[in-house]
Amino acid sequence: MTGEDKELFASGHRACAGCGEGTAVRQILKAAGPNTIATVCTGCLEVVSTGYPETAWEIPLIHAAFENSASVASGVEVALKQLGKKDDVKVVAFGGDGGTFDIGFQALSGMLERGHDITYVCLDNEAYMNTGIQRCSSTPYGASTTTSPAGKYSIGEQRPKKPIGAICASHDIPYTATATIAYMSDLKKKAKKAIETKGPSFLHVFVPCPTGWRHASNDTIEISRLAVETGIFVLWEAEDGDICNLNVTVKPKKRKPVEEYLKTQRRFGHLSEEDVKKIQADVDEKCEKYGF
Amino acid sequence: MTKVKITVGAINKDAGSSRRYKTGGWRTMKPEVDLEKCVSCFKCFDYCPDGAIKKTDEGIEYDLDYCKGCGICAKECPVEAIVMVKEEK
Amino acid sequence: MADQRSMTIKGNMATAMGAKLCRPKVVPAYPITPSTLFPEKMSEFIADGELDAEMINVESEHSAMSACIGASATGVRTCTASASQGVALMHEMLFVASGMRLPIVMAVGNRALSAPINIWCDHQDTISSRDSGWLQFYAETNQEGLDLMINAFRIGEDNDVLLPAMVGIDAFVLTHTIEGVEVPAQEDVDDFLPPYEPPHGRLDPDEPSTFGSFGTPEYYQEFKQAQVEAMEGSREVIDRVFDEFEERFGRRYNKVTTYKCDDADIIILTMGSMTGTAREAVNRMREEGKKVGLAKLTVFRPFPYPELEEIMSGAKGLAVVDRNISPGGFGAVYSDLAGASINIEKKPLIKNFVTGLGGREIFVKNFVEIYEKTLAAVEAGEVKKPLEWINMNQEVMR
Ligand SMILES: Cc1ncc(C[n+]2csc(CCOP(=O)(O)OP(=O)(O)O)c2C)c(N)n1
Ligand SMILES: [Mg+2]
Repeated sequence: MTGEDKELFASGHRACAGCGEGTAVRQILKAAGPNTIATVCTGCLEVVSTGYPETAWEIPLIHAAFENSASVASGVEVALKQLGKKDDVKVVAFGGDGGTFDIGFQALSGMLERGHDITYVCLDNEAYMNTGIQRCSSTPYGASTTTSPAGKYSIGEQRPKKPIGAICASHDIPYTATATIAYMSDLKKKAKKAIETKGPSFLHVFVPCPTGWRHASNDTIEISRLAVETGIFVLWEAEDGDICNLNVTVKPKKRKPVEEYLKTQRRFGHLSEEDVKKIQADVDEKCEKYGF
Repeated sequence: MTKVKITVGAINKDAGSSRRYKTGGWRTMKPEVDLEKCVSCFKCFDYCPDGAIKKTDEGIEYDLDYCKGCGICAKECPVEAIVMVKEEK
Repeated sequence: MADQRSMTIKGNMATAMGAKLCRPKVVPAYPITPSTLFPEKMSEFIADGELDAEMINVESEHSAMSACIGASATGVRTCTASASQGVALMHEMLFVASGMRLPIVMAVGNRALSAPINIWCDHQDTISSRDSGWLQFYAETNQEGLDLMINAFRIGEDNDVLLPAMVGIDAFVLTHTIEGVEVPAQEDVDDFLPPYEPPHGRLDPDEPSTFGSFGTPEYYQEFKQAQVEAMEGSREVIDRVFDEFEERFGRRYNKVTTYKCDDADIIILTMGSMTGTAREAVNRMREEGKKVGLAKLTVFRPFPYPELEEIMSGAKGLAVVDRNISPGGFGAVYSDLAGASINIEKKPLIKNFVTGLGGREIFVKNFVEIYEKTLAAVEAGEVKKPLEWINMNQEVMR
């Protein structure tokens, strides 16, 4: 077994079959290596991996609460400096989209602004999954969740997804990137780069959730790929907060229609042709901004 | 499940102990690989959310103790070397 | 023992000096009246090279306590300071700190809670965190604030305890008031308080462990019971550490300190800075031949009921003065004491007096009134009104 193949996120964790978080965390921990301390928000990742007396973590982990992965990590990082270990030990903070976009946003902003040498990884499954698929500011327009249900008078989620990557980058941090699990080498490269960057870095990882998005468990990677191929989720990286000159790392030659992505998931099953057109127009406009 | 004596502050020093819990029991479909077809690209190894695939000299090997039967490996295999079959219990 | 240095300083400076002598490594803190001088002073100590540590100027008290938790779990001595709304904001994390058994120390400038917003003294902030599993100490003077910080680290870090601790100093009455204090020498504190080496684990890649596990119903209650046992075990540790502190530094602390209680019919029970005024009241009443005594609570968690039981045993009436209130219930000290004494056969009549909220002054005459009301109950042989408000401003009452 090569060093890279050593699993730091062990089997036996209780994520649902086909959970994108499992794939993402396995790969990100491999990129970080064993000399890493991780923090995690309350949410699916923590619940499926730390049920006492078992733990899936082969590296030190601390979970304290829902909204504070970033501030707990800040304490860890400064303590490591005081112990003279900061040069050897990396700190990676994990949070779900709820723990990052919403309730943990303030703590995250503080961590980025203070310049800690921490990689913050947001595992974005576009809703509060652990509590049963409630909408979040990460939930995309048109998705039906348990608190933004589609109905006679509602299309489902009414608001567009909050641009968390750009917001984090705007803290002028050294490195910001978006990634997803279908594009494995892109993800690995960005994870490595984020972790090796001195100072704060933010990695926004798009992870499909079969349970919450209501898709077949074997479609996880395919959906993650379609999100990029349709322009729904754009893979980019930005250095020193320069979002005007961000680098789109995966540019589909010809964008597929968003319908191909939407139809894979029952959370979008209620959308009318009109609705899909609107989403397509929004995506077209966004992709133009990104230059493809 | 294994019972252990509680530790001070619930600190769990048994890193990787989740392996005691065999998630293979959740499975209704089971992957089968045809090593003749396998080109050792290891995409399945990378994509598996459960770390249930091991690399071998011949290609790959499943650790059915942990495979939840999600089917990602079969779907993503570029040479269709993996099929999902009904789990016989 | 090296000479102690006499200084005339504010209460916040006293807790900061106490903390500095304990050589914390990480100090995450957020400003709030009346505790702001603490993070300011710690920052100064660090800026001037007097303390080898790092401040984390966090964006909220919730993050202050979160960062304390992260730092302490990484294995370094950690402290912070807060008050009032800040303590309330970090409430969630207080339980996490104690559940993970992290001996963080926090200086609190005891201040009222909103609404209406009020920056002055009462004990509601720390009292409302009494169930969070933290040791709680309350100072009467700035000297006590300084000394209790040192004791809090030593007790909390004891291998049989491993619990976080709060040291309360009254808003403005202590935090902003200049008093003379004796400051122990660094070498003596170093002797008294060895470097922090967490015996139960730390975040360390060489020995990876998981902190903050998901605790199922199969295990949760056992964790809580173990935590309570540690709190119970701290009783003996507190006595031992207070003895040792006296031996080394010449100042005596007790969980409960009595004054003229031996032959007292009525005992007044106080906490914090009001004790000085109560002592003066007792002196004056004693001159008039009244058999009144005073007991001061320095330790509120663990609640020192065995000590209080003994103190109460000879008295006919006990007046519990609470600088906090649980609406629909009583003051916290009264509730705890009433609960603890329910099965004691020989106990005095106990009355609860609530006063001093939101910075309301407490005068000698108020303690005289408290004495008289308690005496009246004793003479009547019953407590008709268990809870009474003292020093109300009749002019503004509806
Ligand atoms: C202060 C607080 N509020 C609410 C909750 C309940 N809660 C736990 S996890 C969760 C949702 C997590 O969502 P997300 O961060 O997106 O992670 P996911 O589970 O989707 O991976 C919520 C609402 C909590 N634990 N703490
Ligand atoms: Mg989520």
